[in-house]
Amino acid sequence: MRKAYGEALVELGAANRDVVVLDADVSASTQTWMFAQRYPERFFNLGITEANMINVAAGLALGGKIPFVNTFAFLIALRAAEQVRTCVAYSRTNVKMAAAYGGLSDSYDGPTHHSICDLAVMRSLPNITVLVAADSIEIKKAVPAVAEHNGPVYLRVSRAEVPVIFREGHKLEIGKGVLLKDGDDVTLIGTGIMVARCLDAAEILEKEGVKAQVLEMHTLKPFDMELLVKCVKETGAVVTAEEHSIIGGLGGAVSEALAEQHPTPIERIGIKDTFTETGPYFALLDKYDLGVTDIVRAANKVMRRKDEEP
Amino acid sequence: MELALELTQKAQKFRINVLDMVYRVQSGHLGGSFSAAEIITTLLFHQLRLNPADPNWPQRDRFVLSKGHAAPMLYVALAERGFFPKKDLETFRQIDSHLQGHPDRLKTPGVEMTSGVLGHGLGVGVGLALAARLDESSHRVYVLLGDGELDAGIVWEAALTASKYKLDNLTAIVDRNGVQLDGPTEAIMPLDPLRDKWLSFGWHPIEVDGHNVLELMKTLDEAIRMGVVPTVIIAHTVKGKGVSFMENDSKWHGRPPNKEEYETALKELKGGLTHI
Repeated sequence: MRKAYGEALVELGAANRDVVVLDADVSASTQTWMFAQRYPERFFNLGITEANMINVAAGLALGGKIPFVNTFAFLIALRAAEQVRTCVAYSRTNVKMAAAYGGLSDSYDGPTHHSICDLAVMRSLPNITVLVAADSIEIKKAVPAVAEHNGPVYLRVSRAEVPVIFREGHKLEIGKGVLLKDGDDVTLIGTGIMVARCLDAAEILEKEGVKAQVLEMHTLKPFDMELLVKCVKETGAVVTAEEHSIIGGLGGAVSEALAEQHPTPIERIGIKDTFTETGPYFALLDKYDLGVTDIVRAANKVMRRKDEEP
Repeated sequence: MELALELTQKAQKFRINVLDMVYRVQSGHLGGSFSAAEIITTLLFHQLRLNPADPNWPQRDRFVLSKGHAAPMLYVALAERGFFPKKDLETFRQIDSHLQGHPDRLKTPGVEMTSGVLGHGLGVGVGLALAARLDESSHRVYVLLGDGELDAGIVWEAALTASKYKLDNLTAIVDRNGVQLDGPTEAIMPLDPLRDKWLSFGWHPIEVDGHNVLELMKTLDEAIRMGVVPTVIIAHTVKGKGVSFMENDSKWHGRPPNKEEYETALKELKGGLTHI
């Protein structure tokens, strides 16, 4: 996905002269090197100064530019969290944070490089729009949409080559969920790579006679409550699936929304409040219970709860 | 010379206004506001190209108050400069006021950037200076930092960045009052030799008496003429300047005066005014 991101940034740079790109000594990883090569005067490599990069971006935004800052997700969301809060969120500066290596996608580098709580941090900050791209097509659509959006955005990008689920004609509207598959037994809600895994789970469930609805929530904030409640009213059971801690991300957003608006049995697929480990990406996802079979199991379990709970 | 005298008087009057504001709400930072009085006054009433009628005028010079706790001094100066009515100053730190405890760019006209968490202003100033350069605009960027603030590593990250890009359109001013919240800077976290630090980071450092308006005016001009690299003006000041019992005492970093202290302070500041 990261290559698609790098290419989208170059395209955006051609279309909009106000776009500037900042990186913190990882342009070969984030793929902003492509932008750097094409538009060197609008590219700023600030070295390993992530917190400083956020502040410099805030200044560039105040100066009328549209800065895309780039580094690993955990560095933006954790190392630079206070700068993000003060100089981006509270100050409402038009900074675009492209958070590379989201989730476990930099799998071999291990837990120091995995990002499992960035979405919780970003979701809890006022004024920040939070997006997670599901595939290389969606990231291409997201980049110009994020640039056009007036206000701070956190956009999570994966390092991995994840399954492509969208077609070129996919339209991304910030704040609007995407209903990928209809069904009336259970709603599977995914973000990022887990959307593809939800679709796979739905196929397996279909063979078992279960009609699963699949919903992609690329925008965690503002959350598409309307679509969520509409879908859940049809199925009465929900599974959330994300490459993130089960605390504070998609599962958190859905639980919070439904608890108030339409109480419904929910099962959350995600990292279960633990640190991860080194290993091959897809196997690592499976080991930490983010597998397709885990989604299937959760769907069956939550459907049983429909009958058990009042 | 006449202008310098006028600005010196203005700065002293602003100290009185700040004292009133902080006394009224029983909250706010006097020490660091008083030390920065002449610096902020010289910037807002002489150095900066501003248009209070159009706070967002694109060609304006940008001023970032990185030491955001000096907000009361900034507010008094902005009000006097015509950015908002002076009577608003009475609402400082109250609910529904546009004058927050620390500067909020979204609420107060003339406040270029939100601040209050120490360490951020220089990086923001670097971004503003880069944007000005990209736009080939001649406006300049000024950042006022506290000296305690220089403990923060992020200031030096920003200093490296300004140096890398040779931002000669950026001037940093350090309010070197030598006192931070918990005590003298040299006891809490020594900064000296401060000039050498900036020099080794690729900046052009100039040391001045930060209460001498004429000197401040000269060095601010020198910074423009300097070119090539960013300039830092290390302005030697006195924390709590103008009130004998507040001067150089960290106790007055963030504590409001009681009635008796207020009256004594007011008398001293008014007395100081007649001696200018």
